Amino acid sequence: MANVTLRNVRKTYTGGFEAIKGVNVDVADGQFCVLVGPSGCGKSTLLRMVAGLETVTGGEIDIGGRVVNQVEPADRDIAMVFQNYALYPHMSVYNNMAYGLRNRGMAEAEIKTRVEEAARVLELSSMLERKPRQLSGGQRQRVAMGRAIVRQPKVFLFDEPLSNLDAKLRIAMRVEIRKLQRRLNTTSIYVTHDQLEAMTLADILVVMNGGQVEQVGNPLAIYEKPATTFVASFIGAPPMNLMSTRPEEIRSQLAGSGAADAGILGIRPEDFVITDQTPDSGVALPLTVEAIERVGAETFVYGSRQHDEQRVAATPGELPPGEVIVRIPGTEAPAIGQKIRVAAVRQKLHLFSGDGRTRIEA
Amino acid sequence: MQKQAIFQSKLLPYALVAPQLAIVLIFFYWPALQAVIQSFLLQDAFGLSSTFVWFDNYIELFKDPAYFEAIVRTFFFSFAIAVSSLSFALLLAVMADKPLRGSMLYRTLLIWPYAVAPPVVGVLWIFMLHPSLGVLSRYLRAMGIDWNPLLDGNQAAALVILAAAWKQISYNFLFFLAGLQAIPRSVFEAAAIDGARPMRRFWTVTFPLLSPTIFFLLVVNIVYAFFDTFGIIDTMTRGGPGTSTVTLVYKVYTDGLLGGNLGSSAAQSVILMIMVIVLTGIQFRFVERKVTY
Repeated sequence: MANVTLRNVRKTYTGGFEAIKGVNVDVADGQFCVLVGPSGCGKSTLLRMVAGLETVTGGEIDIGGRVVNQVEPADRDIAMVFQNYALYPHMSVYNNMAYGLRNRGMAEAEIKTRVEEAARVLELSSMLERKPRQLSGGQRQRVAMGRAIVRQPKVFLFDEPLSNLDAKLRIAMRVEIRKLQRRLNTTSIYVTHDQLEAMTLADILVVMNGGQVEQVGNPLAIYEKPATTFVASFIGAPPMNLMSTRPEEIRSQLAGSGAADAGILGIRPEDFVITDQTPDSGVALPLTVEAIERVGAETFVYGSRQHDEQRVAATPGELPPGEVIVRIPGTEAPAIGQKIRVAAVRQKLHLFSGDGRTRIEA
Repeated sequence: MQKQAIFQSKLLPYALVAPQLAIVLIFFYWPALQAVIQSFLLQDAFGLSSTFVWFDNYIELFKDPAYFEAIVRTFFFSFAIAVSSLSFALLLAVMADKPLRGSMLYRTLLIWPYAVAPPVVGVLWIFMLHPSLGVLSRYLRAMGIDWNPLLDGNQAAALVILAAAWKQISYNFLFFLAGLQAIPRSVFEAAAIDGARPMRRFWTVTFPLLSPTIFFLLVVNIVYAFFDTFGIIDTMTRGGPGTSTVTLVYKVYTDGLLGGNLGSSAAQSVILMIMVIVLTGIQFRFVERKVTY
């Protein structure tokens, strides 16, 4: 049991490339922290620094009140689950799990108890004698989990543990990991690029971009009040609609609402309604329907605005300029080519500065 | 996908493989057959006539204590060469596998000796360790070692083993490095987190995962030590002093070409041929199976 604190952590490679540009995160004891961000944002590097697999070139990593910058991975009392599982291919499932305990000189009887308990929890009891190559992807994943939990470490580290599994298994394992973590109540840090995984697993969510933390907080709080346009478009699928406030069409509707100095307007797809009315305070947009995606419970309407011009701050998952996604419940949708009006109320508008780096509360 | 190639003429495919077949038949099977026939013949002292003697040449051979000594010596040499070059190459490969500055340079440098022909290797080591010419011999004597491989059989044997092992290190290094790089880095990282210190990590993770490579190289090195050390022995010691560095292959040469005992030499060749077949069989049987752990 331990809290993990990162104080102004930096990583600069010998070539001068700065992978981590000063990260501050505080994970309380027993919390599940998720680091999320696009490829190359430094999230895996940061996790590996916590594990001790990468050197720290600046700042401090503190696990349970002890600065571990110079401590060997083995002595940090952590366990890690790797993306490719990193099982020992020549050892049986039992030995894979027992290896870390044997290295620490634990008595065989105690090892047996722990491994069998972990195997029972993970439903691996019938496979203890098998080699990793005789297991399916999901089973290997569970062995990797088992190897982590038998050690009863202070902190679990997960490096995209579900990305090699198929979609169904991924969801099942996601729930399993969450349940297991709740039960063991072990502080965990989990890296993923999947915002859905991040939202569902995290007690505390850290959104990273370009080696920096964009926002830290409760996942729903982040969803409701993204601090930057990056977070706004990264968290949530389909992404938030972002548009410049410069066109007269939008500027006139925002006028006098204290949002005059905002440069970018964001509206989540589900906050639009298709309506002929214009709300008292809010934004209405005329759209031409270009595509419809029906997924059963809901329908995504892709529309284009007549005149839009410029891209707003480039972010992953961003829509082409002038395109708007509207998410409506059910399967009833306008026809392609139809002209519609969509509106969102004032409370549902997100306003950002022109560079997208600051959220403006109006 | 059709795997079979289609030829217009039925003869064309045979014509195309004919050159390769001709080479194999003329340069491999024909001499091999000659050796087998020769091994059943006994030549007179002047080489003018020969008599068919069935297995007499073989029986003579197995009664000859010198031949028995050569067998033991060859096995000892093979073992010593294989073990020393494998272990040293493994050490170098593990070192070179680390992400260090200039690793490409010294990986390349470590592979170079493989391009050196065995007789040249022999000459190189002679220059270093010849009792009167060798640059290292002075230091050995200065250290109080009575270094004279021209007179001391054990020292001559050590010299041959040293040179032969050195030559093979590059080859082994190359395979070990490739083998190490085929192991996912995260497996070592997992072991590090699992609390295994470097030495323990090597013996419990690296070594078992390299075992298929080690086994393959062991067979290759034994074959090398058996057959390809001829050039080294011939340039360094010519089998001497006495017969202390005469291996089976070298004995074939001395008995046949120098001693003129063609029948016995042929019989020895046939025995060697059988050994090669057995070793190759072992190699195919076990090494071709991809996963042995």
